[in-house]
Amino acid sequence: MRAFVTAVFAFLYLPIALVVLFSFNAGRHASEFTGFSVQWYGTALSNPFLVEALKNSLFIATTSALLAAVCGTAAALGLARVGMRTRAVFDALLGAAIVVPGVVIGISTLVALVQLFGVVNPFLASIWPGDQPPKLSLGYGSIIAAHGLFSMALVTMIVGTRLGSLDRNLVEASSDLYATPLTTFRSIVLPQIMPAVVAGFLLAFTFSFDDFIVAFFVAGAQTTLPIYVFASIRRGVTPEINAIATIVLVASVLLVVLAQWQLRQRKPSN
Amino acid sequence: MHGNRFRHNFLTALLLAPATAWLVVFLVLPFIAIAIFSVGERAPEGGYQAAFTLAQYANLPARATAFWNTMVLAPVGALACLLVAYPVAYYLALQAPQRWRLILLALVVIPFWTSLLMRTYAWMYILGGRGIPALLAFVGIEDVRLINTPGAVLLGIVYGYLPLMILPIYVSLERLDRRLLEASTDLGATPLSTFLGVTLKLSLPGVMTGFSLVMILLLGEYLIPTLLGGGKVFFIGNALVDLFLQSRNWPFGSAIAITLVAVSVVVLIAANRISTRVSGARRVDLI
Repeated sequence: MRAFVTAVFAFLYLPIALVVLFSFNAGRHASEFTGFSVQWYGTALSNPFLVEALKNSLFIATTSALLAAVCGTAAALGLARVGMRTRAVFDALLGAAIVVPGVVIGISTLVALVQLFGVVNPFLASIWPGDQPPKLSLGYGSIIAAHGLFSMALVTMIVGTRLGSLDRNLVEASSDLYATPLTTFRSIVLPQIMPAVVAGFLLAFTFSFDDFIVAFFVAGAQTTLPIYVFASIRRGVTPEINAIATIVLVASVLLVVLAQWQLRQRKPSN
Repeated sequence: MHGNRFRHNFLTALLLAPATAWLVVFLVLPFIAIAIFSVGERAPEGGYQAAFTLAQYANLPARATAFWNTMVLAPVGALACLLVAYPVAYYLALQAPQRWRLILLALVVIPFWTSLLMRTYAWMYILGGRGIPALLAFVGIEDVRLINTPGAVLLGIVYGYLPLMILPIYVSLERLDRRLLEASTDLGATPLSTFLGVTLKLSLPGVMTGFSLVMILLLGEYLIPTLLGGGKVFFIGNALVDLFLQSRNWPFGSAIAITLVAVSVVVLIAANRISTRVSGARRVDLI
């Protein structure tokens, strides 16, 4: 049993280890390790297209995760105050946002947005006083919104679980002591759900940063890091991609460890 | 009292408003849009033209290969994941030393949260001409073709989705009441019948959760067949990318997408039914 489990762990980590190893390769080739060098990190970071894609991904991931954290937390708080039936409808929709495959989310968002733009853009053009009416198109906004959908569902579920195990007595005690609902929220509820909110944010960030398929459909003319990497892989494997992959791997591991650590912080006692 | 109630409702609505708007605009409306598209026609220049026809659905056999590959490799892949995952989850939940348990579990989860693109790309490396085939050539086995085969896709699937299978099985084994195992042994059951009758049976909800999750995600998979199947092993996901981004046949793509979602729903319902019937317990919630 132990031998098998060891083999599975090797299976899980060997490919990752190889990518990291070859990112430090002095030579151009994947077949042999010809010496230690960080030159490919330099090459990667001086490639303007790659840096642009990286910046786009960071911006999109931060914005969509922030929006998801705020709206998801609000939704979790709201859901704790509604009846069974509303809750069931919401749970079904949130579940759908998580379970529906990325390709389907991508294409349906693309189709709906293109239709919407087809109606809104001529309308804007007709009411616009100047010569250059604003034109809505696919880009940052559509990626952020599409990523945010999944992320918000995730945050709502994580925060909702945490709210469920919140000590009701504290909330009641607080209002018995004449605290306003806002004070109760700020000093009792928020500190207790904060770790879940932060964990949700970090997981949402990781998801958005790593997502390829949804962005592939709704990115329009924009390029995110996974889209750039995908395109370069199809052109051929280079050590530059290994360097970027290593940076991304290390960053995602750090974020996930941080998220897990946050979730374990100050577990509400039950 | 009345004013208070009003304020309560108003605040609730306010809290739920952004999420509701998001779900409606980016989930419900888009879904309605592709449902409408799926009964439409392709415009001559690509895109969509209003119509009411079931021709797109009748045309589904045109992508039979993609459906066939997906419908075979998704369950086979999920099953392969399960066979590898179960012993790992069993070891982690019931045999690993207590202080190692969480660390090992974290080691299982971390790859899942790192980019599937990057991890799949690593296998292009290993299976490609300069990887394992080069090693095999070194010991005299020439001309082995590993990448761009269904086997490579299956390997990529197991590699990519293993953590998602281990996790729910681990959770259900962790919750298992160990006294039941002792009781079974005390009553003279062999280790095998204890495993089959108690452990396996009680972990079935976790197995079903993992299986249906992996299978549903595989139904829409795009990256693994593209990178490791090299254009030969096409999945439904690949057909959708092709139809929407290259040939711009939106109505046909929409019909395929609707079919895909329908299959996913059937898989989910079936998994729920089976796990409820077999063990009388509900599936494991991951979050």
